[in-house]
Amino acid sequence: MTVIDDISDVPTPDASLAPLLEVRDLHVEFHTRDGVAKAVNGVNYSVSAGETLAVLGESGSGKSVSAQAVMGILDMPPARIPKGEIFFQGRDMLKMSGEERRKIRGRKIAMIFQDALSSLNPVLSVGYQLGEMYRVHQGLSRKDAKAKAIELMDRVRIPAARERVGDYPHQFSGGMRQRIMIAMALALEPDLIIADEPTTALDVTVQAQVMELLAELQREYNMGLILITHDLGVVADVADKIAVMYAGRIVEDAPVHDIYAKPAHPYTKGLLQSIPRLDQKGQELYAIKGLPPNLTRIPSGCAFNPRCPMAQDICRTDVPPLHPVGTARGSACHFWKETLGE
Amino acid sequence: MGRYVIRRLLQMVPVFIGTTLLIFVMVYGLGDPVAAMFGDRTPDPATAAQIRHDLHLNDPLWQQYLIYMQHIFKGDFGKASNGQPVTELLGTAFPVTLRLTIMAFVIEAVVGIALGLFAGLRRGRFFDTGVLAMTLLVVSIPTFVTGFVLQYLLGVKWGVVHPSVGEGAPFKDLFIPGLVLAGVSLAYVARLTRTSVAENSRADYLRTAVAKGLPRRRVITNHMLRNSLIPVVTFLGTDIGNLMAGALVTERIFNIHGVGYQIYQGIVHNNPPTVVGFVTVLVIIFLGANLLVDLLYAVLDPRIRYA
Ligand SMILES: Nc1ncnc2c1ncn2[C@@H]1O[C@H](COP(=O)(O)OP(=O)(O)OP(=O)(O)O)[C@@H](O)[C@H]1O
Ligand code: SF4
Ligand SMILES: [Mg+2]
Repeated sequence: MTVIDDISDVPTPDASLAPLLEVRDLHVEFHTRDGVAKAVNGVNYSVSAGETLAVLGESGSGKSVSAQAVMGILDMPPARIPKGEIFFQGRDMLKMSGEERRKIRGRKIAMIFQDALSSLNPVLSVGYQLGEMYRVHQGLSRKDAKAKAIELMDRVRIPAARERVGDYPHQFSGGMRQRIMIAMALALEPDLIIADEPTTALDVTVQAQVMELLAELQREYNMGLILITHDLGVVADVADKIAVMYAGRIVEDAPVHDIYAKPAHPYTKGLLQSIPRLDQKGQELYAIKGLPPNLTRIPSGCAFNPRCPMAQDICRTDVPPLHPVGTARGSACHFWKETLGE
Repeated sequence: MGRYVIRRLLQMVPVFIGTTLLIFVMVYGLGDPVAAMFGDRTPDPATAAQIRHDLHLNDPLWQQYLIYMQHIFKGDFGKASNGQPVTELLGTAFPVTLRLTIMAFVIEAVVGIALGLFAGLRRGRFFDTGVLAMTLLVVSIPTFVTGFVLQYLLGVKWGVVHPSVGEGAPFKDLFIPGLVLAGVSLAYVARLTRTSVAENSRADYLRTAVAKGLPRRRVITNHMLRNSLIPVVTFLGTDIGNLMAGALVTERIFNIHGVGYQIYQGIVHNNPPTVVGFVTVLVIIFLGANLLVDLLYAVLDPRIRYA
């Protein structure tokens, strides 16, 4: 019995093991003419360095809004964050000044948007837009920034980078434009990248290439990655863990393979059943019945109850907490056991 | 680009011929210029015939037009009824009107864009509402009313400025006339800029600029303003013509001896060479300004390709 043994038994709060990003009980609402839209209602998730978290969910479930809250780019008003904490490298970003947060954006956390054509400035050359990262954050000269921009374009494998650095976004193909978005996010080698449906706007043929590039760069720089997507196929390939969102809440979170093998929430199950599969070719595709709720009037109890095939009386009155399922999983369903068991 | 400019210049030829021919024909509807030269006196028939011959007044109209154009391209715009060469009148009148137009243009662009930008950035707030109300007011009052009211209040009653513009039309005397002339256009520029800024501030690329961690000032100046100004620049360009037309009215209010004054004199005293000469130069300036705007448009928006 030595002192050292004692210590080794206690889980020490080692900073390097703490997650890079930890979102706790995040709420976001929008004040609109029709009332208060509660877009995010108590989201919890975390990402560590080198880890990929996939965020899944139907349109309007609050995936982008929660990501934009992390990024600090929500327009406030109309948005408001009434509650929650967003710890990044141990500090709550919601308590920082605007200037502190600005310095994190681009440098430490970067974001890739869905539609690269509309997300790049149409009247500035890509070289200018890439170089701007170095000019603003590192004070490089115009000339040095341009050289860095060319280097970046090479990095994301854009052919003839030197000749094309002065071209404008509309002169590139969709896949190349998304590579430019990726390059821009990568410029200052951030610790965390948030990719909001980075391949949705692309041709199927280039989707895989772009996704591969992103995953490769993430590995190389050991970055944390939050990948927002509709594409469950992509998720299976690149994600370490999954968070499924419904009506602004995480309804299930789990390591990627657990979810595919056995979903613990009826909503996740519905999503998985709605993927087209080769062995069921010709059969009608499953679709979850009904529509996502109006966010100004979210149903009481479990928000999914009007659409859930397993709903019971308790579902209409009691909000299900996130029940732990095994060690690393959680399901916000009163009947998670039954869901798993079937 | 070079080819585009050449094509545009060629396209201007029929426009130029069309407008000048039209004015030429119209001016001849005014009456007999020879009779006008002599005023109340009846001219000696022989002299009148001689003048008619010298001025080619007996030839068919289209021939007169051709002769006139030939002279113009040699720099000869003919003579006014008092014997002064029209080129001399052009030389004194155009600088005055150009100064007035430039004054108005600068006021319109600078004040209009500034008001629109700040209103657009503070949509729904007090400043924005104020700008909207003010511009509506300006647009709904006729220019000559604003002109006379300002002239009376600032010039006559309070004596802050000269009620009429002095010899040579110095810029300081032109400020109030320029403001009056710019008024309505300024209101449009402010509103257009406001709408454009509001639209662009919701654009995806602006969200990207914020996500890049750029300071707000840079987001606005380098990313938003340039995109927002594209429609405004187009408007400003086409508005040069309006300003020049409006200048003719403003000149009368403030008694400025510019192009408007000369054309008015030309019409009242039935003097074709003056009227046609001035209008021809106006047409050339107008066409040139339009070409310049189109080229500027391409500089601002790289998506526009000239082929
Ligand atoms: N500026 C805003 N004003 C009002 N409501 C907003 C605003 N931005 C987002 N919302 C609302 O927040 C809800 C969540 O939107 P969010 O963009 O996060 O959905 P999402 O999960 O990303 O969907 P998608 O898959 O379509 O991207 C939506 O219902 C939307 O209407
Ligand atoms: S809590 Fe009830 S309604 Fe909600 S998912 Fe579970 S079974 Fe369905
Ligand atoms: Mg989204």
